[in-house]
Parts: sequence; structure tokens; C-alpha cells
Amino acid sequence: MSQLGTYLLLFALAVSGYGLLAAVVGAKTGRPALVESARRCAFGLFAAMAAACATMLAALLSNDFAIRYVADNSALQTPTFFKALSLWAADDGSLLLWNLILAGYIAAVALRFRRDRPPTFPYALSVLFGVQVFYLILINGPARPFASLANPPADGRGPAPLLQNHPLMAVHPPFLYLGFIGFTVPFAFGVAALLTGRGSDQWVSVIRRWTLVVWCFLTIGLVLGALWSYSVLGWGGYWAWDPVENVALLPWLMSTAFLHSVMLQERRGMARLWNIALVIGAFALMTFGTFLTRGNVLSSVHAFAQTSVGPAYLAFLALVLVAGFGLVAWRLPELRTPASLTSAISREGAFVANNVLLLAATAIILLGTTFPLVVEAVSGQQITVGGPYFRSAVTPVFLLILLLAGTAPLLPWRATNRSRAFRRLRVPATAAALVMIATAWAGVHQVAAVAGFGLAALVFVTNGQEILSGLAIGRRGMRGGALSALARGRRRHAGLVVHMGLALVAAGIIASSSLAEQTQVTLKTGQSTVFAGQVLRYQGLHADRQPQRIVFTTAVSVMNPRGGPAGTLDPRMNLYPAATAPIGSPSIRRGIVWDLYASLISLQEDGRSATFRFYHNPGVNWLWLGGLVMALGGAAAAWPARRRDPRDDPGASVTRKRTAVEVGAR
Amino acid sequence: MSWTTSRRARLLAGVVAAVAVIVALLMTGLGRDPSVFASPLVGRMAPNFTLPQLDGPPVTLARLRGQIVVINFWASWCTECQDEQAALDQVWQQFQDSGVVVIGVNFQDTAGAARAYVRTDAVTYPVVEDAGSKTALAYGLRGVPETFVVNRSGRIVKHVIGPVDAAGLAAEINSTLGTGAR
Repeated sequence: MSQLGTYLLLFALAVSGYGLLAAVVGAKTGRPALVESARRCAFGLFAAMAAACATMLAALLSNDFAIRYVADNSALQTPTFFKALSLWAADDGSLLLWNLILAGYIAAVALRFRRDRPPTFPYALSVLFGVQVFYLILINGPARPFASLANPPADGRGPAPLLQNHPLMAVHPPFLYLGFIGFTVPFAFGVAALLTGRGSDQWVSVIRRWTLVVWCFLTIGLVLGALWSYSVLGWGGYWAWDPVENVALLPWLMSTAFLHSVMLQERRGMARLWNIALVIGAFALMTFGTFLTRGNVLSSVHAFAQTSVGPAYLAFLALVLVAGFGLVAWRLPELRTPASLTSAISREGAFVANNVLLLAATAIILLGTTFPLVVEAVSGQQITVGGPYFRSAVTPVFLLILLLAGTAPLLPWRATNRSRAFRRLRVPATAAALVMIATAWAGVHQVAAVAGFGLAALVFVTNGQEILSGLAIGRRGMRGGALSALARGRRRHAGLVVHMGLALVAAGIIASSSLAEQTQVTLKTGQSTVFAGQVLRYQGLHADRQPQRIVFTTAVSVMNPRGGPAGTLDPRMNLYPAATAPIGSPSIRRGIVWDLYASLISLQEDGRSATFRFYHNPGVNWLWLGGLVMALGGAAAAWPARRRDPRDDPGASVTRKRTAVEVGAR
Repeated sequence: MSWTTSRRARLLAGVVAAVAVIVALLMTGLGRDPSVFASPLVGRMAPNFTLPQLDGPPVTLARLRGQIVVINFWASWCTECQDEQAALDQVWQQFQDSGVVVIGVNFQDTAGAARAYVRTDAVTYPVVEDAGSKTALAYGLRGVPETFVVNRSGRIVKHVIGPVDAAGLAAEINSTLGTGAR
């Protein structure tokens, strides 16, 4: 199986190498037959990668310890479900999935443009194959998932304990990868636009929807990552400003900026250069994140020597930066648009402010993430930049973003009539003021938290009101019912839904970060403590010897103050053979307003006494719900328009709009 | 057109220079060896242990005082242990007559799998079993392989996380041999 996998990966490399060559030559010489053959390569490449992943999966499920990756990441006693997940539980295997997803995106592009092709298509295809060739070289050279062992061991090491502790591992990495790798598509079309000199407005219509889809995946991936951290790691939180988390957030922020500023280009012909730079920036940040997490740069005691991939990622990053921004610099004269911002208080002005704020947040987080590297390079000292820096630097920016999301949807383009906007702000502003008074009255004294709750309410009510008024217009009989009114303004309404999701996320973050309580107590069997208005009693310990681990489960009964039972918590501790330190599993009683969260810290006297940490976390579930709403809104915006008519190409409506834009811009 | 070629070239040069600075900065991060770190155990007395050999009499660390001891924690399911196996054997062959002992401490394993490994991978130095991982816990083990070098007076002088290489280990032993009985 080791050989089969190795050959499949070599074959995939050959196919994508040919695809690259054919697309480049086809684009340069204008031979459509070559471009067509490159396009078809995409399907062969995807099939080869799917077969390679299937081979690894078969090896994992059949305990083929002759393959080093299997011996390192799986064991006889590993449950089948987690054996399958081991496909992406470590570096080399996840690179297989990475390549598969990239090949999938290329195949999707090939399928989407099977008939009508923008002139940039051959160039974009070249870039896509080029990126794939890089990742396939990595997986055929320095990182070799199918490398074999001379003396296969009788049993394997098994997956890292943390990774075999929760089924969320099944979905978080694939979504994050779908989000990460997907940026290759907008990047490819952006670079193609620069290469062909067709940087005007055509490429934008091609990539806006791709970027939206990718953005949705990344949103879901980030939320699932936070959910995993919260449900598995047992520290009561979901975001630690860890470098690996930060580098996943950076492309999200930048693509969010793009999805807003792209409207400037579509509607007003503005910000052409800016938009291409954002797309290239998002891809560069994604590559940077990959380098930082996989290139072994970050301190980690068990990052066993993998130094050979680091320089490769760095070289690729340098290439992306030089080629991407070099092309932008080269095309600067053609792409510069006359600055035509008539008024700061207009939709255009709001989009500019949105971009400034999102990029400021990106810069703050990038600075904090890379600062330890800079310090170490200059002075040799190892430092870490922790949560306090990020929280204090980013909070004001995020609050301003909320203010913008709560007001900008009311602003008209070109600011011809602002009085309507101010009229429509009355209800949301009143709601925000009421929420602020209520939270202050309820005993919240942090200014940022009070302002944050008010702003979240502002965002929620403003955007909700705009959707309702869209419905009302429909009801008043403007052709079709309310639903078709919603559908007509689908893009706008979907955007408003995303904002409402953002309001939920913001409220959840503010509530959980400013109102959470925690305590650490040691309880003997039968002893109880009062925390957050609940009586928590340690009932005892239960040990369970499972094939792959030993699980110590505690029972903590929860009673409300009146003495009525309110359920039980069962935080656990797991002992895995390949790890000396036990891995805890928190137990969470989730509620609409707050969660009661328990972690088992240690056991004493054979379990007759146990130390727990309890958390009372408000609003955490709003965060998950808000993330889902944001992703659904994004999906609605990305959904192809009027699918019933096959002749109706999504580009067509944009083409019409573009002529209007170009007339308007001159 | 005001956009002359030289202006373009200057812009391009700016982009290249900026990227060069970024790459140079990130390169320093690559130079770091993750297996070397400031272990809190270095300089302390090595925790004593008496553990049964896989095939032979028990080994007590305290009895080896006066010799340099290389303690290597390993398991049959650990592929990095297989990688460093030859290096450890080489060091054992090279130094066993100069007052150096290599001990393999088998971690979280079954005796059958450990024996099979010792046979197929031709392990020549003594191997002990750490049932219950008490010794591993005493040494604050984070995983396998990890290797400790203990000097003649019983202090830990080196702690390596991940596979060792023969040259590095030999150099460490030579310098410890050179520092005399202290």
C-alpha cells in the first residue's frame, strides 16, 4: 500500500505538472485545444488525489504499520472512527487532505467554466496548477506520508490523545482547509487579471461568489475550532490568541474586507487595485499561516524535526508575495481609479471605513503574532505576546466595526438623501440605548462591555429592521409576495443576515469575556460547594478501562438553591498509554443564557477527594449560533441566482451592471 | 504617460526589498532546533530507580554511580525510537569500555512487543521495563523518545527530546568524561 500511495502521488504531480505546462503554453500561444486539455487534467488530478487519500484511509483502517504515518498516528486499539480521522490528525496526512481539497477546487473551477470562459481563465488555471504543483512537490519530497518502515512495529503509537478525545476533530480541520485552500481560486483569478491586463471589472464578477463560498467555509471552520477548544481543552474558554488561531483569523478578516470593498467596484468602479491587493493579501496570509504552523517555526516541545518543509513553505511565501504584489506594482498605472468619494457619510465612505478597520484589526493581530519572532531574531530572547495585548488593542477596533455594521446598511450610495437614514436609525438607536442602560443597571461596570452590548443590539435591530422593511415592501404588492421581495434583494438581505449573526457573535463574546465567573475547589466525596447560585456535590469516582485508554469519570450533582435537582456534571480524566500526563475532558451543561462548565483538575486519595474548576460562562452558545447564522447568510448570498433558467449566467446580470458602472464612472 | 519604466522598476524593487526583509526575519525562526530546550532537570540529581531487565537481573541507577549513564526512554510503537536505535547502539559499542552505560527504559509497552523489537532491531544494551510508568513520571517525560545523560556523580547533564544522533551524543559523553569525577 505504501508503494501504491507513493505512485499515486507521483502520478498526481505529473498530471498537475502537465496541466500547468499546457495551461501556460495554451494561454501564451492562444491555443484553445491546449487549454482544454489542461482543463480536463483537473479531473484526473482530483481522481488521483482521491485515490491516494483512499489508500491512506485503507492503510489506517487495516493497521498497516509498515507505513510510518500509520504507526505514528494509529494503533490497534484506536476506535475505527478515530482511525479514519487520523488521515488528517498529523502533518503529513493533513497535507494529503490539503492536496485533495485543492484538486477539488481546481476540478470545480474546471467544471464551472466548461463552456463560457473569461479571457483570464487559462491564466487562472495556470496559477491553480502552479500552486498544486508546489503542494504536490512537498508531499512527494520533504513530507512523505507513504514512507515505509524497515521493521514494522507490532502496534502503533495511536493518535495524539487530544485529537482522539472528541468527534469535533472530524469536521473542524476539513472546514478550515476548505476555507484556507479556497483562497487559491480568488488569488488565481486576481493574478490572471493582472497578467492579462484585464484588471478592470470583469474578474470581480468571477471571484466574488468563489470568495463568498470560501469565506463561509472559513467562518464555519473558525467557529468549529473555537467550539472544539471549548468542549475539549477544559480551560473554560474558546479563543486563546494562540498563533495558530490568529493566523486562521487573518485571512478571514482580509476576505471580509474584500467582500465589502468589492461592492465599491461593482457599483461605482472604484477600488480596483485595492480589491486585487486584498485578494492577493488574503492568499499570502493563508500561505504565511501555513508556513507558521507547519514550518516548525513556533515553539512546541513535541514538534519533532520536520525542518525540511519549513524552507519550502518560506520560499513559496516569498514567491507569492513577490509575484502577487510585484504584479500589482507593475499594473499600477492601468488600475488606478480616480478617487471619487463624494461624501464621507455615504455607503462608499462606510465601505472605506470598514476596510480601514478590518485591516487595522489584521495588522494588530499580525503584529502580535509575529512580534515574538522579530524579538527573537533581533535580541535572541524568547517572549510571548498574550491575550491582554490582543484584547486591549483589538477591542476598540471591533467596537467601531460593530458601530459601522449597525449604521452603514442605512446609508445611501453617494449620500444624496441622508435624512431617511437618520430617520431609520431612531428605533435601533433607542434599542441600543435601552440595552446599555439595562446592562449598566444590571451591574455591568466595564465601559467596553456596556458599549459592546449596546452596539450589538444596534447591529441586530438595524439589520433586522432593514430585512423587515424589505418584506413589507413586498407585502405592499410590488410584484410577487414577501418572499419574492426577499429573493429580489437577495444579496442585500443575505448581507443583513450575516450582520445579525455578527451581532449574536459579538454579544456572545462580550458576555463570556466580561461576565464569566470561575472557581477552583477540592471536594471530598459527599461534600458540596455553592457556585453561581448552584449547589455542586461531588458524588464519587468511577473508573472504566477501555481498550485504548482508562477513563476516570467523576459525578457531580447540580442542585438549584431551593434544593431541586438540576442535573449532573461528569468531568473526566483519560489516561492514554502513549502520554504520561492525563487528558481531561470537561463536562458542560449548556443553556440558552449560560453554561455551567466543569473540569477535573486532579484526583487525590484514590478518588475520595477531587479538585475541580467550575466556570459559569454566559453567552457562549450565542457565539455558536451567530457563527451559524453568518455562514448561512454568506451561503444565501453566494447561492446562484435564478437557477431555473439555464441561459441565465450569473455573469450576465453583472455584465449589465458593469456597463452602467462604467458609464457612471466616466 | 507619467508612468515611466524606471518608476515601475523602482516600485518592483521596493516590493522585492520588502519581501526580502520579511523572508530574512522568518528564516531566523527556522534556524531553531525544537529538540533542544532549557530542561528544568539539567543540573539536578537523576531520580533513582530499580527496574527489572527485560531478560536479566534488575538494574539500580544508584549502583552505577561513578559511571556515565545514558538513559533512553523508548517504546516499540515509537518510530522515532527506531530512527535513533542505531545511534544508541553505536555509542554503547564505542564507550562501554570507558565507563559509560546505556540503558533503554521501555515505556508503556507490552513485554512481547518490546522483546520482538529488541530482537529484530538488534538492541545490544540493557533494556529495563517501567511498568506503571513511575520512572517516566519521575523524569517528567513528555513522550518518547527522550534521552538523559547522567554524569559520574549522578547529575543530569543533558536532556534531549526526540531522536538523538550518534555524533552529538558522543560529543556530550566525551565532554562529560573530560570533566573528571565531578
